[in-house]
Amino acid sequence: MSDLPARLAVRKTYKLYIGGAFPRSESGRSYVVTDQKGEFLANAAMASRKDARDAVVAARKAFAGWSAATAYNRGQVLYRVAELLEGRHAQFAAEVRSAEGLGARQAEAVVDAAIDRWVWYAGWADKIAQVRGTANPVAGPYFNFSVPEPAGVAAVIAPGASSLLGFVSVVAPAVVTGNTVVALASERGPLPAVSLTEVLATSDVPGGVINVLTGRTAEVAPWLASHMDVNAIDLTGAPAEVAADLAAAAAENLKRVLRPADDDWTQPPGLTRLLAYLETKTVWHPVGT
Amino acid sequence: MPKFEYAPAPESRAIVSIKESYGLFIDGQFTPSADGRAFKTISPATEEVLAEVAEAGPADVDRAVTAARTAYERTWSVLPPKERGKYLFRIARIIQERARELAVLESLDNGKPIRESRDVDLPLVAAHFFYHAGWADKLEYAGYGPAPKPLGVAGQVIPWNFPLLMLAWKIAPALACGNTVVLKPAETTPLTALTFAEICQQADLPPGVVNILTGAGDTGRALVTHPGVDKVAFTGSTEVGKEIARDCARDPRKKVTLELGGKAANVVFEDAPVDQAVEGIVNGIFFNQGHVCCAGSRLLVQESVYDQVLASLQRRLATLRLGDPLDKNTDVGAINSAAQLAKIRELSEAGEAEGAQRWSPPCELPVKGFWFPPTVFTGVSQAHRIAREEIFGPVLSVLTFRTPAEAVEKANNTPYGLSAGVWTDKGSRILWMAARLRAGVVWANTFNKFDPSSPFGGYKESGYGREGGRHGLEAYLDV
Repeated sequence: MSDLPARLAVRKTYKLYIGGAFPRSESGRSYVVTDQKGEFLANAAMASRKDARDAVVAARKAFAGWSAATAYNRGQVLYRVAELLEGRHAQFAAEVRSAEGLGARQAEAVVDAAIDRWVWYAGWADKIAQVRGTANPVAGPYFNFSVPEPAGVAAVIAPGASSLLGFVSVVAPAVVTGNTVVALASERGPLPAVSLTEVLATSDVPGGVINVLTGRTAEVAPWLASHMDVNAIDLTGAPAEVAADLAAAAAENLKRVLRPADDDWTQPPGLTRLLAYLETKTVWHPVGT
Repeated sequence: MPKFEYAPAPESRAIVSIKESYGLFIDGQFTPSADGRAFKTISPATEEVLAEVAEAGPADVDRAVTAARTAYERTWSVLPPKERGKYLFRIARIIQERARELAVLESLDNGKPIRESRDVDLPLVAAHFFYHAGWADKLEYAGYGPAPKPLGVAGQVIPWNFPLLMLAWKIAPALACGNTVVLKPAETTPLTALTFAEICQQADLPPGVVNILTGAGDTGRALVTHPGVDKVAFTGSTEVGKEIARDCARDPRKKVTLELGGKAANVVFEDAPVDQAVEGIVNGIFFNQGHVCCAGSRLLVQESVYDQVLASLQRRLATLRLGDPLDKNTDVGAINSAAQLAKIRELSEAGEAEGAQRWSPPCELPVKGFWFPPTVFTGVSQAHRIAREEIFGPVLSVLTFRTPAEAVEKANNTPYGLSAGVWTDKGSRILWMAARLRAGVVWANTFNKFDPSSPFGGYKESGYGREGGRHGLEAYLDV
């Protein structure tokens, strides 16, 4: 009897996050997630094609409301996510530590950076239009202006190695400008991303704005890349050998494609990712009495 | 209404001297194609052969890309930006000096009315070079970082609907940002691009900075897939655009911008000033024979004013003059090619077969050449091919709506998203509509307006990237 703990821990079931709900994979499948030493951590849901398609439907449904919310409102909603992340700092540090095999202080620094990154992007909500928009001096009696608008539904293949900071760094720039997202978490270390969905569910982010899938990247990514109702795709976490195929599949409906780059998630991200999900709309109107 | 008779008022062809044959423009010189192949370009209004033009093969593409690379490395990218700008100013001035000649040549080769080539195309061509000339030494203020770098060699493929204007949209920003270019004009309209090559010579532009390769689809494919090309810019059909996107997926280094098809909705509300709206509808679909990617090819009219708008539209269409593109009175010119005419006919027949009602004003078509009368389809449903597919001709499909929400729903019910129009007297409704129409350009109480400072480009399957304005520079900078 002395081998048994005094109290048995209650473990968490790691599920998908689609349309604000936490379903298991409709396929009934799961896969084993281990830490860097190969010790069992949890069984994560193994998303199927159907789950990916359900997530796109949820994201499309949420797009009208989220993109029409005021930029100030989106900024506040996302800032509140950072507040909740801060409250769960210790939990995320522990999960990042097991997922990435970091030391305690390193893991804490990663969580700090992830929260700060989220705050940084939240602040862009009501500023990007001023940086990206223009009034255009056309040669004629017209008022002409250009404003950025979200591209629509974005599929995001999150980086494999950086389970939380990387995930936040690819999801936040898409949602802050009004896109809705279907994110495929790191296959190797999905648990911090799943815990993040629990934060999202208890924040003010409307269901469907951020949907998170876990599973095999090579299985799910092609369904997202070829989906005709996805407007943009970030291939950051796609294995190099399949990235070209995914980009070619994305050409079928001319998705905006963000190609893998050597991202250092600890560096200031710049505007590249924000701009990748933005269209420019130009409006003309005559001037006269 | 009395119909005015117009005496012919032809613009003189004497201002243009067309050579019998033209070579490829590579490294500052005109040269024959490596395999000696050539094709003929004709006037679509008369089917008269205008000239023979070299057809570039893979070896020529290779030579041109190499020339552009050498010019990029040795000359253009090391030239002080203000000097680069001065070359562009010089080109802009020569275009103005030779504007009438270029306009006549454009109308001959393309079939568009001289009134449009003279008053729309050419002024915009010169304006594009002037606008971008000024950016050359100010790029650090464009919002792309303190020292934005060019990409290298740009491979550019342009369509036949605005031959010289599309050349300007491609070459002016590429050069201003410090890139060199290899450009392929459309096979039916190569002549103004070849005259532009002469203008580059007159401007003493360093050899290899601009290379012009004439040819058809194979030449274009060889150019955009060439490994020495760092940047691909294409304007044309969505079908070819997707093919290019697929090809370039293999090479993540290549930056691609695509300006593709459209099926724009032109939405007329009951409070719109009808006469102005009708002018806008006519300009929206019959400008340039409807060979316009952003043409307002779907007219959405609020039910309460449908009869009034349609009657007024038909009355106005009866006054359009179709015929000789070089006649200064002509409103509607020739269809650009036999192939395009066949496509317009096929889709129009499908419109009838699917149950829409076809109407054209009484309109005599010339015997020779390629012609199609202004055509309006009523009783069109959203499922009809003529409401879904890009016709790229003078064919308007009319649909109706009751509420603003229904108008938005119908306007956005297309895989395209290039442009849209709104006609209403109510300011708040204009802004409400403009925010909801999923299109890159929204014209409110106007249509088909263009300017070098105004970003142009599409949402969804109308392509990606913008041309014009501060936004357009991004396509030619390594950012």
